[in-house]
Amino acid sequence: MNSPNNRPDDWSAFTKVKTERADPLYESAKTVHNKRIDGPFRRFKWLVMLVTLGIYYGTPWIRWDRGPYAPDQAVLIDLANRRFYMFNIEIWPHEFYFVAGLLIMAGIGLFLVTSAVGRAWCGYACPQTVWTDLFQHVDRFVDGDRNARVRMEAAPWTIAKLSRRVFKYMIYLVIGFWTGGAWIMYFADAPTLTVDFWTGQAAMAAYITVAILTLTTVVLGGFMREQVCVYMCPWPRIQTAMMDEKSLLVTYKDWRGEPRGSVKKAQKNPGEFGDCIDCMQCVQVCPTGIDIREGPQIGCITCALCIDACDKVMADIGRPRGLIDYATLEDCEAEQAGQPARPAWKALMRPRTFAYTLIWGAIGLGLLFALGVRSHADISVAADRNPPFMLMSDGSVRNSYTIKLRNMESQPRRMEVALSGLPGGRMWTETISNDDAAPSQTFEVPADQTLSTRVYVMAPAGTEAQEFTLDLTTLDEQRESDSAATKFDAPGDN
Amino acid sequence: MMANEGSDTKTPATKRIDEPTGTEFVGHEWDGIEELDTPMPRWWLWTFYLTVIWSVVYMVLYPAWPLIEKGTEGVLGWTSRGQLSEEMSLADQARATVRERIAGTPIERIPEDAELLQKAVAGGAAAFKVNCVQCHGSGAAGSQTLGYPNLNDDDWLWGGDIKAIEYTLIHGIRQPGDDATRMSAMPPYEGVFDDAQADAIVDHVLSLSRKARPNAVGAGLYQTNCASCHGVDGTGDRAQGAPNLADAIWLYGDSRGQVRQQILRPRIGMMPKWEGRLDSVTIKMLAAYVHSLGGGEDFVEAANSAVEVDEQP
Repeated sequence: MNSPNNRPDDWSAFTKVKTERADPLYESAKTVHNKRIDGPFRRFKWLVMLVTLGIYYGTPWIRWDRGPYAPDQAVLIDLANRRFYMFNIEIWPHEFYFVAGLLIMAGIGLFLVTSAVGRAWCGYACPQTVWTDLFQHVDRFVDGDRNARVRMEAAPWTIAKLSRRVFKYMIYLVIGFWTGGAWIMYFADAPTLTVDFWTGQAAMAAYITVAILTLTTVVLGGFMREQVCVYMCPWPRIQTAMMDEKSLLVTYKDWRGEPRGSVKKAQKNPGEFGDCIDCMQCVQVCPTGIDIREGPQIGCITCALCIDACDKVMADIGRPRGLIDYATLEDCEAEQAGQPARPAWKALMRPRTFAYTLIWGAIGLGLLFALGVRSHADISVAADRNPPFMLMSDGSVRNSYTIKLRNMESQPRRMEVALSGLPGGRMWTETISNDDAAPSQTFEVPADQTLSTRVYVMAPAGTEAQEFTLDLTTLDEQRESDSAATKFDAPGDN
Repeated sequence: MMANEGSDTKTPATKRIDEPTGTEFVGHEWDGIEELDTPMPRWWLWTFYLTVIWSVVYMVLYPAWPLIEKGTEGVLGWTSRGQLSEEMSLADQARATVRERIAGTPIERIPEDAELLQKAVAGGAAAFKVNCVQCHGSGAAGSQTLGYPNLNDDDWLWGGDIKAIEYTLIHGIRQPGDDATRMSAMPPYEGVFDDAQADAIVDHVLSLSRKARPNAVGAGLYQTNCASCHGVDGTGDRAQGAPNLADAIWLYGDSRGQVRQQILRPRIGMMPKWEGRLDSVTIKMLAAYVHSLGGGEDFVEAANSAVEVDEQP
């Protein structure tokens, strides 16, 4: 099979180089000028694009009232204060396992999607795909459809071409800037940051981030496009390993299509030609510029635009749709053997898909459960070790500790800390005087903060070194509690 | 084909081109594998030239060449020492307001301002680590062996309110040349008491904190010789720096031998005055820090009538 083009995914090119040293090892990438197409899958892509871009650009602007002590941005990654807000969920750094859990869910979600609908992520939802699609529409808007763009690329550099290119790249830059600009909104209060950004008062990091993301968006989406999928992205490789005969793929049904021949030829020689009329529509609409008729390949992101194109042609010439269609290898074999085509949704019903769904759902429920039962008040204690204990003039023994009281609610809370398991023990702090020493003390912990304070614990003369705990109780209707164990040091053998 | 290429390498005058790449051969061959004379990538060369230009600019702007006496200075006049002092003076400026506030607040009023107290304690902690840890230890726990007092406990020889601590810091203890220094001396009783008397008085002193049985002879000797400073009940006298003998804290140890030695051949400590060595703000901050260590006492005006205080309670 000697393919006419030498695309790198055509391995015969490489073997030929090895044996004959005739072809160059590589060639510069050819720009893909994909043709406009309309159809159910294209419309679905539009919808996905609208939703994903809408989520990306719109989310930071959603407001969410959390009371006077917390930001009112629905989704906010507050790096300065180390808080992550997502609607009514607030995550502190020590709860980062929630984020880890979300990432694991995202990973398994990709497995799940792959096992159910193949490379649907690549074809519809991947940011690279969405932005590439966006930039290709810009190309179409400025330079016209495929043929016009091919001509434009080949045309000599005239003022007209130059001005069109400048215009196009300006749009690229605006899209890139908008992308970077939306990104930083997730890290600060969006309306304030917008004002600060345009009045030059935002942090240098904001400007640098926008600059870098503008650059990467324009480079990756505007220029590298399918090269990213083919050469840079590891996901297609991983997916190749996850594919099996039950995976949904965009498949050219070669047994139905081959040998190819025009409508006229087929009319002249009935029975000799397949359904494919070699109109090249499937190649021309492909955003990554591949020929699906060569079989499954790494460049195919399964966006199904070729299905739209082929179905349209088949409808025009009065042949049944689905010469190119979503199908599994198993379905293809069955269909080839003359059995009726199985509806695509049946391909979803398989143990692997169920197993992934189960794992994914279990992790999700686990996270939700953990989120529901987590405490919003914590205590931790560290004993001062220099000196470990202090003998007082009346013979009693004093230890000091640094305690941290964590209030994760967005309102100030009163918390009581009580000594437990230290007979005769009394405590006071730097702000609560020695005269008010008592077995328990009350602290006012500011909203959404950790109060760190040094406490002195005194036990009567003769107290031996022992373990004891500091018990925390919130003095509100929730009455959350937590306790921390520590050691009381005293003169003696240990 | 290999043989031909091998023979070609012997005559480097003839240029041979590798067809697939269009690059010239270097002429080296190993078992049929030949080296191509691939030119440097253009971007690499440009990067290299840029670094050369950069280095020249850098050498002009910044100190670069080591000479015999000192290095070249660079037209910007930058030095690492200069940068440090600049940063230090910036840090000093940032602290200036706090230092001014501390300077303008009488020491006994500082605890009334929680925020100011916190800053004073923090500054004192830093100064303590530089000036005080050599004797009092990094945890301010002192050393019984060496006779440096523990600053964490509630036993104070000269008073434990913040003003008294500041006074001790300013004038020191037994500091020669300072008229206001805290001065006292435990006289040596070697030769005054005989062995039995010394034992008896040790018994009595230890009995004050119930470490020994009462001793009538010792009690009598104590009342005659010691009570004038240490008090009839042994609770000491801060005005003279006479330690409390009835408590659990012993600067030089509570064994019979240690107490006996302290009566017959007493050790006497010395604390340097810090006035003149540290500025008054740092001394205030140190006082606040030491006071904060857990044993600090409340300031009572009547106890310090000699010191001028604002009218406010």
